[in-house]
Amino acid sequence: MLTVFLQFLFSGLTVGAVYALVGIGFNITYNATSIINLAQGEFVVIGGLMMWFFAESLKLPFLVSVAFTIISAGIVGLLMERLTIKPLKNPDLLLMIMITIAVSIVLRGILMFAFGKDPYVYPSFTEGEPLSIYGAIIQQQTLWVIGITGFCIILLFFFFKKTMVGKAMLACAVNPTAAKLVGINVSRMVMLSFVLSAVVGAIGGMAITPISLMEYDKGPMLAVKGFCAAIMGGLGTNRGAVIGGFIIGILESMTAGYIHSGLKDAVALIILLLILFFKPAGIFVSKAMHQLRKF
Amino acid sequence: MEKAPKRFLVVLVAALSVFFLFVNAYAKEPYRIGALFAVTGPASFLGEPEKNTAVMLKDQINKAGGINGHPLEIIIEDTKSDETQAVLSAKKLLENDKVLAIVGPSTTGESMALVPIMNTAATPLLSCAAGAPITQPVKDRTWIFKTPQYDISAVEAIYGYMKKQGISKIGIITISTGFGDAGKKALLEIAPKYGITIVAEEKYGPKDSDMTTQLTKIKAAGAQAVINWSVGPGQVVVTKNWQALKMGIPLYQSHGWGSKKNIELAGKAAEGVIAPLGRLVVWDKLPDKHPQKALLKKYTQDYEALYKSEPGTFGGHAYDAIMMIVEALKKVGPDKKKIRDYIETNIQKWPGTGGIFNMSKDDHCGLDKTAFEMVVVKNGDWEILK
Repeated sequence: MLTVFLQFLFSGLTVGAVYALVGIGFNITYNATSIINLAQGEFVVIGGLMMWFFAESLKLPFLVSVAFTIISAGIVGLLMERLTIKPLKNPDLLLMIMITIAVSIVLRGILMFAFGKDPYVYPSFTEGEPLSIYGAIIQQQTLWVIGITGFCIILLFFFFKKTMVGKAMLACAVNPTAAKLVGINVSRMVMLSFVLSAVVGAIGGMAITPISLMEYDKGPMLAVKGFCAAIMGGLGTNRGAVIGGFIIGILESMTAGYIHSGLKDAVALIILLLILFFKPAGIFVSKAMHQLRKF
Repeated sequence: MEKAPKRFLVVLVAALSVFFLFVNAYAKEPYRIGALFAVTGPASFLGEPEKNTAVMLKDQINKAGGINGHPLEIIIEDTKSDETQAVLSAKKLLENDKVLAIVGPSTTGESMALVPIMNTAATPLLSCAAGAPITQPVKDRTWIFKTPQYDISAVEAIYGYMKKQGISKIGIITISTGFGDAGKKALLEIAPKYGITIVAEEKYGPKDSDMTTQLTKIKAAGAQAVINWSVGPGQVVVTKNWQALKMGIPLYQSHGWGSKKNIELAGKAAEGVIAPLGRLVVWDKLPDKHPQKALLKKYTQDYEALYKSEPGTFGGHAYDAIMMIVEALKKVGPDKKKIRDYIETNIQKWPGTGGIFNMSKDDHCGLDKTAFEMVVVKNGDWEILK
């Protein structure tokens, strides 16, 4: 019985870690610009597919491939901001969110032409047997995904709380005009936030591809689940996105395990609705803080 | 100086018109058939090889002199994997292009949408989708045929093999799409006939990344084997999870498993996976005297040479449909009623890519479980089980 329960839990952790990483990506753009970047799922896909391209197709060494993947995702993020967000004369939030949807469709089209419709996969970061805990197994790659998620959170925490650039980015979201008045280059901060979220998304994509495979149209599903994770925890807090991601992942897995696998998506979404009903700002955001927000 | 090019042009135009007159005078009227494939949209993995096959066959047939001297013309329309678009395109083919027959569409939903239209237009439709309701009941489907095998035949092939292995308790896991639901229905429906009890019945979404929960449940329910019914990346993820869990019971896949790509993606995990597959993917393992071997070899090699990818079972469905129409045209000429009657009565012991067809007035598919071979993955390749 314990074995079965643990297995459900590990399965939930695997899936949850993915949702959490996507959720964090949403938070970065949101924290710097108040935009919800719905092309976040495509960044994850870019991470997985580019990693395959460098590591499997060009046979570059592992770390070189990782570096190139991160750079290419960063460039995509940069181009996205420079070509679609920056040229706007009257930046309206809703308009910008619509633009991100358009960009996601364009990116998906480009990925389809470049990689075709087949799924791709490459070996786990470390070879070897899955670990067995009380008879339940956990794949090594899952530990990598969880580890990388944790690492990203710690890095982002220091970035936003301890560095000048990070603080400047936060200031831009709270009040762009005031930020400009104290000498922050708002436009550059917005650009940086897109680059950063693209990089975090791509890192997630690189980590999950050995588990889940990657194909050009996986983005929307990842974006929806990651977005749920982010709003469950409270948009803007990374701690919230992580816990939200794991809650949704584990709930799905437990529903599939103890009720029925056909209901897993429904139950997770019902719980999300209930949380938003009683605590509309998410678990980790106070009411006062929520009122300061534009969304 | 100015006149020279003008004169040249006049001569050129004159020469060309004479050439066209000449060609027109000697070539016979083309036979025109329509094709509806989901070239784009979610079912494009079906429509793409089907379209490629149609283009390739048309060129081959015309290069060899056409059908009794008549060139073959195939007008291909993209249904975008959408029922409404399929209906609109079918009407265009019937009313504007006056086609003699239509090949496709690629999915069951689209094919069902066309049933009433084709019956009213009294034009044969040779669907490339698998769903049984496309051709059943036959009395309301006079003009409708289909070339893919029934899902139920694939299930029968698996259950028949399981019975020989002494397996009686199984768990099933299906994808939550039309393909998975149809498979699940077939699996549940005929299990009693083979003395098989389904102890666990699980599902997953087409983009899910981990199915260990469902597999753990199946194992805990005491199943002696797992059957996964899906197409796309899901079947690879299930295979990897099955291996990681060291479940100790065999994994069976549906006939959607028949692509080398799946073995490549699943790697070592694919070893030992069993599936009922059409002979198209294992043609090189067939004995030389098998009636399907020669045509499978030619089709696969031609396709691979032209498109640098494997045709897969789906391209084969279009191959069978087009070749049936071509044979009918050759024998009875451009008469819709005669084409229909020919296909119903004369496609007998007819080797195609999907199996050996036996059409009749009670069965407009003409394939049964003998269209499948039970195939196991061994050393990264297929091996036919006896």
